[in-house]
Amino acid sequence: MNPIIETQAISKMYQSNNVTVRAVDQASISIFPGEFVGLVGPSGSGKTTMLAMLAALLKPSEGEVVIDHVNLSKMNEKERVIFRRQKIGFTFQANNLIPYLTVIENVELMLRLNNLYDRKSREQAERMLIRLGLQERMNNLPNQLSGGERQRVSIARSMIHNPSVILADEPTASLDTQRAFQVTQTYAELIHENGKAGIMVTHDLRMCKYVDKIIQIADGKITSVLSDRQEIEAMISCN
Amino acid sequence: MAIYLAFKEVWRNRGRFFLFSLVIALITTLVLFIAALSEGLANANKQFLVKLDANLLVFQKNVDLSPTTSRIALSKRNDITRVDGVESAGALGFSNVSIVLSNGEKDLGVSLIGVEAGKPGEPPVTSGRNLLIDRGNDVIIDQNVVDDTGLKLGDRIKVKSIQGSKEEFYYLDVVGITDGRQYLFQPSIFVPYNAWDQIRPQAAAGAQLMETVSNIIAVKVKSGYQPSDVGLRIIEQVKDVETTDIQTAYESLPGYQAQQSTLNTQRGFTLLIGILVIGGFFQIQMLQKIPLIGVMKAIGASNMTVAAAVVLQIILVTTFGVLFGTFATLGLAAGIPGNVPVIFDGNSVAVAILTLLAIGPIGGLVSVRMAVSVEPLIALGLSN
Repeated sequence: MNPIIETQAISKMYQSNNVTVRAVDQASISIFPGEFVGLVGPSGSGKTTMLAMLAALLKPSEGEVVIDHVNLSKMNEKERVIFRRQKIGFTFQANNLIPYLTVIENVELMLRLNNLYDRKSREQAERMLIRLGLQERMNNLPNQLSGGERQRVSIARSMIHNPSVILADEPTASLDTQRAFQVTQTYAELIHENGKAGIMVTHDLRMCKYVDKIIQIADGKITSVLSDRQEIEAMISCN
Repeated sequence: MAIYLAFKEVWRNRGRFFLFSLVIALITTLVLFIAALSEGLANANKQFLVKLDANLLVFQKNVDLSPTTSRIALSKRNDITRVDGVESAGALGFSNVSIVLSNGEKDLGVSLIGVEAGKPGEPPVTSGRNLLIDRGNDVIIDQNVVDDTGLKLGDRIKVKSIQGSKEEFYYLDVVGITDGRQYLFQPSIFVPYNAWDQIRPQAAAGAQLMETVSNIIAVKVKSGYQPSDVGLRIIEQVKDVETTDIQTAYESLPGYQAQQSTLNTQRGFTLLIGILVIGGFFQIQMLQKIPLIGVMKAIGASNMTVAAAVVLQIILVTTFGVLFGTFATLGLAAGIPGNVPVIFDGNSVAVAILTLLAIGPIGGLVSVRMAVSVEPLIALGLSN
């Protein structure tokens, strides 16, 4: 099986006060279909920069990112925008949803952006929201939802257009523990069901309960990759 | 996509956008009223000259085209008539008198304009008849006098003129009514030239000069002749005169340019305020939306989509505001008293509306630029 996400020794360097800072240093990873990965590390370790490179938001200074057999390094800005729209499902920590669109309109947004919106789209979005337990909230605006509901809408939006990759940047940061676990579990289920490659950036190791692999990063370098269930459990319990 | 986003945002925040449209509507009302006032005041100054059936006006030399300062002996009118290309020439005399109203109302100040019967300068009548001879008590009154006094054909009017230190009264018979022909902010009455010479305010009653003097001469040019060429010939052949076209003549009226430039400056500043208000509103809104736009770009919205949505919103809000303001202005205009010099001329209203519609996108350019420059990385907190 070929990986959906593959990076080959990618690095990202910044200039700060005439000093070159390596935010990500020679990171190589492979993520396969149906694999849900937790990208963990302390603040400033480079995990969000790594995510930005995987999302075609940042170009690596060195190395190559290949997603779904497409080398992102060779794309121009316009192609990267189209690539993000078609191949990436994104969830952010905050400001996730469009405040003037209802829940269902927010989910449909990705279909509209991709020119996939047709008369079946409403039904498709409704099915997704029902699957996520939001059937009563479809016509609400985001400010009428709880934090957990908002993140579930965001999950629906990130998956509705059938992307290859699901990326989540600290999706549980603003949630209480119970809701955070629910959101993570939902991610894991949908990624497994649909055979996507999913990466969740988190600094909370407890949220790795449902992931298949943990990639630990510190000072821009990958320090460990754990895919054994026992090792993962042990790491979570050590936290 | 951009249309969808723009309309959804406006609709879901309709209260806020409606309030802002009201601000644009108020600016529209102000601009339209200034335009109407400008048109009305200009009209009150120049209406007679604009409607004059003549191509050229002849003034005394070196009087800066001031009709009241200019003095041209009537004999010069004959010289002008003999110039090649001149079809006809008519003497015009201007002064101010009052119509004494019998019903106890305040006297109506009017421009007393002396014209030669059948010559350029005599206005066409809309009812009644024209003047027959250059003397007598016949008078043509303009529609503004009719509107102000209710006078009608066949009425006899009492005219008060100050001559020396005495008030002299003259009786004139209304034989014709012409359309609105205000001159120097007063409604006009037209009398035969010699009658004007007798009635006009002067040092003392009967103190006319030996030779009749007019203020200016209105010249009609034969067809096939260029008025400017004929004007040059008049200057060459008639001593101590200068000629001008009608537009230059009314633009040289005392205070005309100062008044128009003041109003145009006001209009310009109002439009500038409009640009700043619209620009400010959308810029503040854009500042609030930067994180959201970052998210939209991160999930794949193109710069074109984001910019087009902003532009569409600006156009939508501006158009609604301008239309609302235009209808409100027209509604208000219906209630304005007739003596307020406002004229909603089709052309100037159209220009004002088009300008107002254009200032929206101009004012919003900064916010469009801001929207385009938002980095999608902001969604991940990696950019400011």
